[in-house]
Amino acid sequence: MPSVCLHFHVHQPRWLKHYTFFDINHDHVYEDADRNLHILNKLSEKCYIPANNIMLKLIKKYKGNFRIAFSVTGILLDQFEKLRADVLDGFKRIADTGCAEFVNETYYHSLAFLFSAREFKEQVMLHKKKIKALFGQTPKTFRHTELMYDGNLTKIIEKMGYNVILARGADKVLGWRSPGHVYQPAGCKKLKLLFRNHRLSDDITVRFSDSKCTEYPLTAAKYAHWIHRINDIGDDVINLFMDYETLGEHQKKGTGIFAFIRELPREILKHAEFRFQTPSEVAGEYEPAAQLDLTNLISQADTERDLSAWLGNTLQKDAINTLYGMESKVRSRKDGRLLNTWRMLQASDHFYYMHTGWPADGDGQKDFNPYGSPYDAYINYMNIIDDFSGFLGKKRGV
Amino acid sequence: MFGWEFPPHVSGGLGTACFGITKALAGLGHKIIFAIPKVLGDAGQSHVEFISASEVPIKKKHRKEFKVFKGLDIRLIDSYLKPYLSKSQYESLLRGRVVKLPAHEKARSEMREETWESVILEISAHYGPNLVAEVVRYAKVAGTIAESQSFDVIHAHDWMTILAGLYAREVSKKPLVLHIHSLEFDRSGEHINRDIFFIERYGIVSADHIIAVSHYTKNMIVSRYGVDPDKISVVHNAVSRTEASNIYHVGKSTDKKIVLFLGRITFQKGPDYFVEAAAKVLKKLPEVTFVMAGAGDMMPRMIERVAELGIGKNFHFTGFLHGTEVEQIFTMSDLYVMPSVSEPFGISPLEAMIYDIPVIISRQSGVAEILNHALKVDFWDVDDIANKIIAILRYPVLVAEIVEKTRDELRSIRWEYAAEKIVEVYERVLH
Repeated sequence: MPSVCLHFHVHQPRWLKHYTFFDINHDHVYEDADRNLHILNKLSEKCYIPANNIMLKLIKKYKGNFRIAFSVTGILLDQFEKLRADVLDGFKRIADTGCAEFVNETYYHSLAFLFSAREFKEQVMLHKKKIKALFGQTPKTFRHTELMYDGNLTKIIEKMGYNVILARGADKVLGWRSPGHVYQPAGCKKLKLLFRNHRLSDDITVRFSDSKCTEYPLTAAKYAHWIHRINDIGDDVINLFMDYETLGEHQKKGTGIFAFIRELPREILKHAEFRFQTPSEVAGEYEPAAQLDLTNLISQADTERDLSAWLGNTLQKDAINTLYGMESKVRSRKDGRLLNTWRMLQASDHFYYMHTGWPADGDGQKDFNPYGSPYDAYINYMNIIDDFSGFLGKKRGV
Repeated sequence: MFGWEFPPHVSGGLGTACFGITKALAGLGHKIIFAIPKVLGDAGQSHVEFISASEVPIKKKHRKEFKVFKGLDIRLIDSYLKPYLSKSQYESLLRGRVVKLPAHEKARSEMREETWESVILEISAHYGPNLVAEVVRYAKVAGTIAESQSFDVIHAHDWMTILAGLYAREVSKKPLVLHIHSLEFDRSGEHINRDIFFIERYGIVSADHIIAVSHYTKNMIVSRYGVDPDKISVVHNAVSRTEASNIYHVGKSTDKKIVLFLGRITFQKGPDYFVEAAAKVLKKLPEVTFVMAGAGDMMPRMIERVAELGIGKNFHFTGFLHGTEVEQIFTMSDLYVMPSVSEPFGISPLEAMIYDIPVIISRQSGVAEILNHALKVDFWDVDDIANKIIAILRYPVLVAEIVEKTRDELRSIRWEYAAEKIVEVYERVLH
């Protein structure tokens, strides 16, 4: 009985202010609150509220046979709590059905794992507590920022009590193997690996509204048919991992994405052998098809391979090293607000905007960058870091 | 080919561009006859080369030979015309201080019979006929080259050679390609010289095909001159590196940073924004030196403003710089800033990049279209310009990343590629 594992990542980068050198030592508020509120409201109306309503209806309609997983970053949960209780309420009602699993990650959508084991663990625990408090679940599934994974990470995660880790499928790890099985990192006894099925996930996230695609327009029936085909090749699981914002934002309402999602469970469940399962359920059900060696997949020294978009150039490395270089100073101040500010600055998005590789890559996919240029992103960020560093050095209460 | 200037006698980007284009075309096996005005009457020049209370010595033009190469045949045509005329220069020209040549009057009387010339004279009555008559006279003299030579295409550069190009076309019946490096709207903003605008429009409408140095310029031609976009091809300029390649990293002082403005000190180049940004930077980083290299009608005002702001100690004017002096100032500088108000292309940032200098360029420029690894600003946003200047001076990692990525980028910016596109245009007008 093959499983469809549908996981939505819910995150919004928090924008920093346009922060010039002349603001240093004058302005210690770094976020663009107005803009962030505007974006939050826009996404709530376009995506979160309609998507939550659909999910809730589908769960009720299929009486336990439609099951999904969410990973909502801590910083977004904070914003929902403060500014959009209605959206948070939607997630809570979904959690109450017992058909949704909430997945644990770093609270601040950070890459702390590469720079500070202590900071990494603290952020994971913070997020865990938040999930428990809001949704009444103790998470058993972990997902690292950008679906990153490696041997060290999986060992630590297993020790922290998790059963499953969600991962970005990579040819160099999987080789000839299919992402349609459950795997285990070498050296782990309990932890299982679920790999994202890139082709089928991107059929929705990237190609859904691409009219140049041979399969356009994509209907739920057609897509379900592709899913059902995996029965022939003996796969156990299809991991569809995508951003929740795909529904209504990346794929606008007019593309028919909501109708597609509404019909998808019916079409998939038409085949009696198929069912929806959450990551924990998948991991509980299947034995690992193989143990995979994940040593040195990523490391701080060699980030080019997996994290080049975040830590590939000298700007990104300089910015992130400067940030984590402040850790002991930040902690010694024992000031919750300072610690929070420092953590906000850890969001991987800030470093992604400093990515200089893409203009030359020629893949034509120019990612959205609020700064217009990676250099502007770096300058803005470094000006803020400069101010924060100066502020840290000052006596308390100043 | 009709041009204004040619190295080493260069006062702006056009001469540099003509050198790059002709050399690359010659490299592809094409033969070029290049006609340029030879400025007459050194004595009468001071009223045109406008440098006043600036205390900067006026340098006499070195009368060197032109840089020539195989495939290039240079023809000099005596003329009073100077490529970059500012508003105040027009005024002095129009006040009749130009020494009249006998040929002048003759040209004027001859003109009445000719159709295109009388059109031009009629529409340009506003400022009086002196300047325009001279352009027409130059056109006819230059155009006579067309009678004695054999060629396939006429290629004219900018407004002053438009009439020469048209005349040559009339005589030879060969197609005319008009290459627009800058427009009257770029040079003068909204206070255009109507005569020049009319000549430009006449040429743009009449030419068989237009080459624009950027999409920025193409869009301006379409919107301001009402021309079908299909008639305009964009060919971005490039930069020659052979001259500069062996001068990397010389004489850069580590503790005293130098920020450079290099170009004509005219409205178009935005020197005032550079001065205002300098004052802001100096409030935060008092050790920085700012250099404004070049000459132009706004120079006295800039000097006054620098004095007013009290930043003279850190702000230097060099006057007009020649070949080796330009190289020298590039090797000394840590940052090049081009805050142009309207820059059809802008080759000098590319030259700075060859010297491994990071550049800040205005978004209102054609060169911004082809550079991914330059910092970009809106020319009016003095705070942003200052902020970025400080960032370059304070964050060495930023400079390293930009310089490294720039070297890659420069590899794809070559005159050879520009020449190939120009040849495509030639083929288009020939078929």
